[in-house]
Formats: sequence, structure tokens, C-alpha cells
Amino acid sequence: MATRENSNLEVMKTYKLFIGGSFPRTESGRYYPIRKKNGDLLANVCLSSRKDFRNAVVAARKAQSAWAGRSAYNRSQIIYRIAEMLQQSEDSLVQEMVSLGYTPKNAKEEFDYSVDYLVHYSGWCDKFSQMHSTVNPVASSHFNFSNPEPMGVIGAFAAERRALIGVLEAFVPAICGGNTVVLLASHKLPTCSITLAEILAISDVPGGVVNILTGEREELLSHFTSHMDVNAFQIWDASKEESFVIDQNSTENLKRVRLYKSSIRTRLSPYRILDLQEVKTTWHPIENISGSGASY
Amino acid sequence: MAKAKKDNDWNLAPAPESTGHVKIDKKYDLFIGGKFVPPTAKKYFETVNPATEKILSQVAEAGQKDVDKAVKAARKAYDTVWSKMPPVERSKYIFRIARLIQERAREFAIIESIDGGKPIRESRDVDVPLAAAHFFYHAGWADKLNYAFPNAEVSSLGVVGQIIPWNFPLLMAAWKIAPALACGNTVVLKPAETTPLTALKLAELFMDAGLPDGVVNIITGAGSTGQALVEHSDIDKIAFTGSTQVGKMIKRSLAGKSTRLTLELGGKAANIIFEDSAIDQAVEGVVNGIYFNQGHVCCAGSRLFVEESISSEFIRKLKHRMDHLILGDPLDKNTDIGAINSEGQLNTIQSYLEAGEKDGFEMYQSNVAVPKKGFWCRPTLFTHVSQSSVISKEEIFGPVLAMQTFRTIDEVIDKANNTPYGLSAGVWTDKGSKIFNLTTKLKAGVVWANTFNKFDPTSPFGGYKESGFGREGGLHGLSAYLKITG
Repeated sequence: MATRENSNLEVMKTYKLFIGGSFPRTESGRYYPIRKKNGDLLANVCLSSRKDFRNAVVAARKAQSAWAGRSAYNRSQIIYRIAEMLQQSEDSLVQEMVSLGYTPKNAKEEFDYSVDYLVHYSGWCDKFSQMHSTVNPVASSHFNFSNPEPMGVIGAFAAERRALIGVLEAFVPAICGGNTVVLLASHKLPTCSITLAEILAISDVPGGVVNILTGEREELLSHFTSHMDVNAFQIWDASKEESFVIDQNSTENLKRVRLYKSSIRTRLSPYRILDLQEVKTTWHPIENISGSGASY
Repeated sequence: MAKAKKDNDWNLAPAPESTGHVKIDKKYDLFIGGKFVPPTAKKYFETVNPATEKILSQVAEAGQKDVDKAVKAARKAYDTVWSKMPPVERSKYIFRIARLIQERAREFAIIESIDGGKPIRESRDVDVPLAAAHFFYHAGWADKLNYAFPNAEVSSLGVVGQIIPWNFPLLMAAWKIAPALACGNTVVLKPAETTPLTALKLAELFMDAGLPDGVVNIITGAGSTGQALVEHSDIDKIAFTGSTQVGKMIKRSLAGKSTRLTLELGGKAANIIFEDSAIDQAVEGVVNGIYFNQGHVCCAGSRLFVEESISSEFIRKLKHRMDHLILGDPLDKNTDIGAINSEGQLNTIQSYLEAGEKDGFEMYQSNVAVPKKGFWCRPTLFTHVSQSSVISKEEIFGPVLAMQTFRTIDEVIDKANNTPYGLSAGVWTDKGSKIFNLTTKLKAGVVWANTFNKFDPTSPFGGYKESGFGREGGLHGLSAYLKITG
């Protein structure tokens, strides 16, 4: 496909990173090549550095409180908007997945499921907290309630073998609940994550809410897990060695750690949103004015 | 005990609680497999009354072999009895425990005050009734767990190791044991080395309740016993309440293992007073926030933020209130401030007092005499401290309050959240919209508005950030003791 016709050379896309709503190249100037089955170059993607990661955390932190402060209705619409924008990119994304080695059937199946996944979680934004908040019947004269709140900035390593749904899993439940995310895409199948970033950029997702890096797990794992301004870390298909490093490094700021296994049809569940929420409990006295039981 | 007060209108006659009814054995063994057994190494340590420095009893020190025995007993009980029992039967055992605690409440309160130094008014009105309430509340969950997490499957975890601190010895045991049992797990509990007695009394009570052997095992000892429990290979979950430093050590030592973990750690809570608050109530709330239980409270309101416009009036009223706190015999029903839990803790607190003075902050201590014997610390207030000072950053775990002022809401939110801790916070204002602005922005697991230091078994408790993870109490607390697939 590199030379469709001599007179009409294909314009190849430069795959960059997605940080704070912009598309910078890695500051390190490093890259690694992704090749099609036939050996042709598909892209030179960025080999992100620690500095890129740290910049992304700054962007994610800056965006977090405003994102959490948006109404659940608004977050819901934005995630639905991602589904709309994804749907219209079907041809190019399926084509890209095929270039990465998917069969057309598998590519189509993962694509369709990805759209459904977004639609599903879009609807959770303004419902999960209703289902998992409580008014607690304390024995004293207080009004007491517990509700979920976003943890803050989430670091994520996406599933290695899922080019598209793996990226969505790594940020959609997180942003549903008002978190912002810095994620590292699959090393072998990284390009769809950047194409998805281009979709996010036209889906009203505020800059910094989702930040996407490409690079090597091994190089970035210790940085993701030891960063003091990252509140939680989630990873798909962690090896034993990786999970040891994660536990060790996450101790310093008591990062919340979530380990998942990838599957073709990843589970649709509000519990994935709750995995990245803190529970806050609020108390206030109730004044009892008169013996008749009336109070204001 | 006559109190020599320099300036206190309340010269109340002593009103000590009678201890005649209470029996403390000379020696306590380990509670393993439903009976008391001596420790393998035959080692015992002393537990003392911090108000008199008198030795109360000798308590067994569990070594690695004892820990292993306890875990095996818990595993056996889990496999053969507890996990197989119909949930409603489990529920009935836990209800029974709640009732037995209520019946023996006075005895438990007295022993708690003797062993730990807390005022009888608190152990009688807070610790013991809440401990009973925790068993009663969780008992009812045992056969209703499927309703707690919609559309998810829940199951018990197995054997749970629990390590608890010395500030609320019986209450912490109840917070840990009740939900663990209700969710179908069996338990190995390690109480703190300075306050083992009420947990051992609880073991006696479990025998009276007919709780099947090995469902709860109680092993006493210090840090090394706790470490052996954490490192045991047949533990499914560790629940720890204590310092952030030890919590982090536990997390590191579990690295790469599948053992589940919840941590309820330290705090440095902000208690924020706005000029439009009910000032006298706020003063009372601040006193309750920091001087309750001698400040040995992980969620204590140890950082006070007062709006600048009312700061001098507030400080005057606070000092006046501090001067009327009665310090002394924990068993006296008039006592507000009891003994510091141990000599070691007293030394820690004193090093912070020195650090605060060295930093040049003005220190005020209440105008009260302290008894000659025992471990005591006067209620202390540092005014106009700096945000970066040691006494406003580190958890002191004593009756020491560090005060700052503020001018704007944004400023006080920034200052309040500028800490690695996130366990609790307090807000005092009569304006509802301001309350919700703050309660949503404060990064803390429990926020008290126009109140402080309130606890209830139905109310989830636990921290953000380095105050730990997981919740205890309420519906949300059940998830700490269940496998939830949903």
C-alpha cells in the first residue's frame, strides 16, 4: 500500500504522543518502528521517556479538579461524543488494526465492541454514584452519608494484545468517575491509541483528562508506580516481576493498585468505576427542636 | 485523689469508679483454637497501668511457632466449620457476642481505662457501647451479603490477620473482628502490646458465647509478633490499623503476594472554623477534636484553622475552656483528660513540644497540676504556627493542637489539603452552601461538619492518600472482607 500509484504517493501519518490536549513528539527524540505484516513501515512511534511521563502527570493533575467538577450529565455526553466520533472513524481504524495483524473479522469485532463499551460507560456517569452512595442510619442525631469521589490522577498500562479496547479499558471507567489518566499503550500495537487520541481531541474531552504515551513497559514501570502525584495505578496482564515492582514502588505514597486480566470482551460493570473511587463520609448534626418531634 | 488546681472553679470531689467487681488475672496465655495456651518460648511481658505505673498482669509473647499455630487453628475453623455454617447461624453467634459485651460493659470499661489510661467517661460512653454496636450491626449482615453489592457475586476470603493499635483497644478489636466474621472469615488478631487486656477478656467472652474453636484467635506480642503474622504464608488478608510508617512496612513486605491488604493509618486532620460559625459550639468541637482520648486518635483534629477575623476571640475562649478540663485519675467520672498510654508515647509527645518551642511558636498549656506518678501531658495549644513546621506536618498522637489563621476559602482549602494524610477533616460554619463547598473539596475519608470525632458502625471510616486504603464500617466496609466479582 506504500505506493498505490506512482502518481499518487500515500501521505503517511506521524504518530506522536497525546499530552495535555496537544500532540508533542517525545522530548527524548527516540522512536521505535512498527511494521506491517509484509515488513513495510507503518509508523515510527515515540519511545516515551520519564520526562514525557512527568509532563503528562502535570497535565493530568491540572485538568483533574475541573473535570471532576463538571456535571455527571456533561461527562456522560462527552463520553457519548467519543463513541460518535469513533463510529465515524470505523473504516480507518479497522484498516489500521488489520495493518497491525488483526484479521478483518477480529478487527471489526473489537471495533464494534469498543463503540458499545463507550456507549455503556457513558450511561454510567450519572448513575454509579446513585447506586453506591448510602445514607447511613447512625444512632446519634446526625445526618450521615457516604458517596464515591474520584481518586485523582490514575496511571495505567494498557493490555498488550488489544489495540483498541485495551486503550479504552485503561481510561474510560476512570474518567467516568472524574479521574484523569496517564496511560501507556500496548508496546506492540501502539498506533490505534494515537488514532484514538485524535478522536478524543475532537470529542470535547478537555485537554489533560486523557494523556497517552507509547513506549516500553519496562522502562516506564518504575516511574509510573513511584510518582508521588499519581493516586492510583492500574495494569492489565502484569507479570509476577512487574507486580512485585508495582507493590514496592506504590508504597511510598500508598498508591492504590489495580491488577486486571485482559479478555476480548472485557466486562462492562460499574465496579470498574468504583475501583478508582474513594468513599467519603460526611456528618452533620440534626437539631431536634421540640418534644413533639417537629424540627427544622 | 485530691487534685491541686491552681485556677479552677470546679473543685469537684473525687468520684472514682469502683474496681472491686473487676478481675484481672496475674498471667494471660495465648487464645488459640478456643482455649488459652502458653507460648512456646514461655516468654511473657508486663502490661502496666499508665496512670500509676503499677504492673497489672503478665501477658504471653507469641513467637513464630505460636503465630503458625493460631493461623492453622483459624484455617481449620474456616475449612471445617465457619465457611460451611448457614449464614444465619453465623449471624446468631455475632449477635450473641454483642449481647455479652453489653452485659459486661462496666467491667470492660474499667479494664480499658486501667490498661490504657483513657477516662472512664469515654470508655464507658464511647468505646464499649460502640464495640457492642459494631458486633450487633455486623451480625445482621451475615445472611444479607448478597444484597450489599448489586449484581455481583460475593464470597469470604478465608483467614484474616488483624493488627490493632493501643488507642481504642476493644473498639478496634470489634471494628476488625465483627465484619470479618460476618463476611464468613476466620481471624487471628494481635492487640497492641501496651493494651492487651480487653482483647483477652473478649477471648473469655467468645468462649462464653460458644463461638466454635479457632474462629477467632488472639495472640499477644509486640512488633515481631505482628511481623510473623503478616509474613505467614497461609493468610488471605491483612487488616492493619496503626502508624503510616508501619503500614508502609507491611505493604512492602507483602509486595508481589496475593494477600489482600487494608490499611487504616495516621492523620493530621484540619479543623476549620469560619467567622460565621457558632463559636462556643466550635470551641467545644475543637476541644473534643484534639483532647478526646488524650489526642491518641488517628482522626484527631490536630490542625486548627481559624478565620483571621475571629482568631483572638477564639483563642481566648479556647484557652478558657482548656483551663477547665480536668486531668487525672482515669477512673474518676469527672476526668476529661486521662493518662498518656505509655512512657514511650509520652517521650514522643514531649519531643514534639520541644520541637514546637524550638521553632519559636507560642505554646499554651492548660492551668492544671499533673499527678506525680504515671504518664501525663497537659492539653497544649501552639498558636500561629507555620504551615511547614514539624508540629503542623507530623502526626503527634497526643493532646497537642497546632493553630493557624486564614483569610479566604481557597487559602484554607489549599492549606487543609496540603498534607500527605487524608483521614478526616472538620468544618464549622452556619452557612450550608459553604459547608458543601468545603466537604466536597477536602481530601479526607470522613468529614465532620459542625461536629467532630463521631463514630458509628453504620458509617464507613477510612482514609485518602497516605492515611491508608479501604473502609471499615457501613455497607462500604464489607468490601474489605469479601471477594466481590461484578
